[in-house]
Amino acid sequence: MPDLLLELFSEEIPARMQAKAAEDLRRMVTDRLVAEGLVYEGAKAFATPRRLTLTVHGIPARQSDLKQERKGPRVGGAEAAIQGFLKATGLASLDEAKIQRDPKGDFYIALTEKPGKPTLDVLAEILPMIIRTFPWPKSMRWGERSAKPTSLTWVRPLHSIVATFGLETEEPEVVPFELNGITSGQTTRGHRFMAPAEISVRRFEDYEAKLQAAKVVLDPQRRKDIILADAKELAFAQGFELVEDPVLLDEVSGLVEWPIVLMGSFDAEFLSIPGEVIRATIRNNQKCFVVSDPKTGKLTNKFILTANIEASDGGLAIVAGNERVIRARLSDAKFFYETDLKTKLEDRLPKFENIVFHEKLGTQAERIARIVRLAAEIAPLVGADVEKTKRAAQLAKADLVTEVVGEFPELQGLMGKYYALAQGEDASVAAASEDHYKPQGPADRVPTDPVSIAVALADKIDTLVGFWAIDEKPTGSKDPFALRRAALGVIRLLVENKIRLNLVSVSDFHSSVLDETKMRMAQAKAKVSGGFSVIANAHTTQLWNGRQVRVNSFDLLNFFVDRLKGQLREQGARHDLVDAVFSLGGQDDLLMVVRRVEALAKFFDTDDGKNLRAGVKRASNILGIEEKKDKRAYDGAPDAALFKLDEEKALAKAMAEVGPEAGAAVAKEDFAGAMTAMAKLRPAVDAFFDKVKVNDDDAAVRENRLKLLNEIRAATRAVADFSKIQD
Amino acid sequence: MRPERSFQGFILALQRFWADQGCVILQPYDMEMGAGTFHPATTLRALGPKPWKAAYVQPSRRPKDGRYGQNPNRLQHYYQFQVIIKPSPPDLQDLYLKSLAAIGIDSSLHDVRFVEDDWESPTLGAWGLGWECWCDGMEVSQFTYFQQVAGVECSPVAGELTYGLERLAMYVQGVDRVYDLNFNGREGAEKVTYGDVFLQAEQEYSRHNFEHSDADMLFKQFTMAEEACKKYLDAGWKDNKREAHLMALPAYDQCIKASHVFNLLDARGVISVTERQSYIGRVRDLAKACGEAWMRTEAGGSSPSLRGESL
Repeated sequence: MPDLLLELFSEEIPARMQAKAAEDLRRMVTDRLVAEGLVYEGAKAFATPRRLTLTVHGIPARQSDLKQERKGPRVGGAEAAIQGFLKATGLASLDEAKIQRDPKGDFYIALTEKPGKPTLDVLAEILPMIIRTFPWPKSMRWGERSAKPTSLTWVRPLHSIVATFGLETEEPEVVPFELNGITSGQTTRGHRFMAPAEISVRRFEDYEAKLQAAKVVLDPQRRKDIILADAKELAFAQGFELVEDPVLLDEVSGLVEWPIVLMGSFDAEFLSIPGEVIRATIRNNQKCFVVSDPKTGKLTNKFILTANIEASDGGLAIVAGNERVIRARLSDAKFFYETDLKTKLEDRLPKFENIVFHEKLGTQAERIARIVRLAAEIAPLVGADVEKTKRAAQLAKADLVTEVVGEFPELQGLMGKYYALAQGEDASVAAASEDHYKPQGPADRVPTDPVSIAVALADKIDTLVGFWAIDEKPTGSKDPFALRRAALGVIRLLVENKIRLNLVSVSDFHSSVLDETKMRMAQAKAKVSGGFSVIANAHTTQLWNGRQVRVNSFDLLNFFVDRLKGQLREQGARHDLVDAVFSLGGQDDLLMVVRRVEALAKFFDTDDGKNLRAGVKRASNILGIEEKKDKRAYDGAPDAALFKLDEEKALAKAMAEVGPEAGAAVAKEDFAGAMTAMAKLRPAVDAFFDKVKVNDDDAAVRENRLKLLNEIRAATRAVADFSKIQD
Repeated sequence: MRPERSFQGFILALQRFWADQGCVILQPYDMEMGAGTFHPATTLRALGPKPWKAAYVQPSRRPKDGRYGQNPNRLQHYYQFQVIIKPSPPDLQDLYLKSLAAIGIDSSLHDVRFVEDDWESPTLGAWGLGWECWCDGMEVSQFTYFQQVAGVECSPVAGELTYGLERLAMYVQGVDRVYDLNFNGREGAEKVTYGDVFLQAEQEYSRHNFEHSDADMLFKQFTMAEEACKKYLDAGWKDNKREAHLMALPAYDQCIKASHVFNLLDARGVISVTERQSYIGRVRDLAKACGEAWMRTEAGGSSPSLRGESL
């Protein structure tokens, strides 16, 4: 079957848009073909800086014919109906219609056949339409035709279109169409500088080979492979190692059609700048790779660039030019870094008084002060030195106003660490500058130094409590302040470091700290407006775990619970167990929640666990039905005198032993122990259901047995609410 | 006057090249402005249906970029070479590459690249798509297809090229410090460098821009320019009907003025972050009103029946 070759040749397409554009082209053309009844065998799309190319192979040469049967009016029906039928079906007269008999009578039937169109014609219709509606993130008009409102828009000016269709064995045909003054054909061009002449192509195979000969590597993956292999080779040849950078590799491969990898160097004196600053300078500004020395693990004074031409001097001028630019850039970076070192971090803090963190949450200075207070509060709970923690929290954000971070925002925190170390701060204090931002995502490292943990928790909890206080919670897919990430960060910090923290209490404490900021802002506002300053600092509270807590603290706890469930679900763990634990109430210590969940999960993997849960469930179901029927609850202790059967007595006895044992284990936070105790109930529960009829004819006995069932349910609540557990 | 030997030879080579392409070679606009784009030959002439080809050097003032002559490549006053062609010709990229060859950049020896750069000027109410042009890793030009200017859709689209002259000349002459550029191409006692011409000015203007410019006066000047611009625009509508405008150019001068005064105030550090946006918005409003007026002038493509009539 024939193949399609399509190439859209334009001025330079932004690197970041190429991969998606190739995929969009493939999807749009193949979807449209299928919609036209043309099922193809395979398709592949490619992009270079100057072209989008699609090959679709194995397309039928024409659409199949479409047979249609259409029922018309009754034989001898109204003349108007018959005329309408003839007109709609295109029949010349009723002689061309068939007559069909069905239970309701005889009807005219029109059999029409819509012949399938040649695929070439279909392509000539759909290709211009796809090009016109192509979803570029940003597109533009150009040239003389841009004066007309119907002018084509494309990512950059489109120059030519190759569109051929045909069998391997034959000369393919051009899919004929015209678009914005461009007539489709079979002519393209090679490399802009090395092979600018026109090339005539027939189909994908000769197209790709001719481009290769004209210094164009069509496949982006091949360009990436070439760059990576050559870069590694160049570094290796000098005893160094390429610092791999997949994101940069993607971008660089979208900037060249014919990658030529070259190595340059810079003055070794620049190595006094931190490696990350050198890398950011060379990568962000120059799109070059850096190189490290495997002996030291540190950067060397080399860089690797990817040119787009085989220069006539072997690349000497290109390397020299890049070296000059990199020298100038590194001079700037070195100047910034050395300027930064002249000012102590604490001396930068007054600047934060003029930087607004959020218009409703005060200045950065106020936020830093809040983080200091909360971090100091948390420090003893995580085993961190309070004074060091306060110092760390004080300095953690100071690098935001340094020159280097101003130039390279992605180096925030890291620069703070370097500057803190340079001014002789304690290592833990310095580390907190970098680590208090962590973890930033599921793959990011969780800090383990207690000082960093305290500041990281305080930073995230201040963010959460703050945005909760001004009602800027995430909704649906919108989470502009990354609050979900902050909550997940808190969870990982607590669980992975085995830290116990009562989140409701912490959130209540910090809300009152935040009140001071809000008070200050309200006073300032009142002063500006010249009016009275009546500051109301109202907040609503609710009863939680036997005390009044802020509604926001409780709401935030639920937010954490949801995140925890989501996290467990992603890890393939049983998130329903989280519900079973939380519905016990009063649980705001996430570490304990996770421990209970783990113990439960293990227990329910055993036969004892499974059977006990089945027994408890049965007890709950019976109770539920009977309580509903009788409109009363069966709480209160059962009366031992009313037990008639041994199994009843045995169950009551087991419960009397297991209850306190499990309770004692829970009190010691030995959840596995509580489960082991619980397991002892199983034989008694099984025997009870085996031998005992709950709904005894004697009402007193029945009531007593229901109370016994209620005891089972109550006893298991020492660890979890079994009714929330899914099968 | 070989382009690689002198700064002026370099400028002359570019002018000659674009003159050969049929461009009108203009002289710099006689007002202070932040970039060659502000020149009415670009901002206003980019609008309307009439073809237009021009090239010129424009001294560009960036008060904030002053470094007291200390930085090797940052200046508060530098030269841009500007080319504007409407409608954008199909071979504009090729013409650009040929112009590089004319100033001594051989594209078989150097790595010339077009790297995505979307251009937007919030003060001019303008945007376009194009590239930064890189030569061996150095950004040497901006290449833009204007889509909108002064709030008006470009119809047809104009292509704009902006060459950073000092930077390119430094590259071609092989010097690392802008002040070391050979300006006149002579050697020995007769040699005049860029520093001889501009170093003192950089020092003096840096002092002025950062420490001494009269902020009170500048605030007044901003308001005066803004008011004058609006006044001239109002007065320019022929017969008070919004069909023909007779004073778009003088009004636009005041918009240029307001923009530069704003840049001076910004460099002086007397405009807060929140005020900044509002000042930019005010200049943009002027630019848009000027663009609207320009579209009702003859050069803006309005009806030829208005020719020869006076206010």
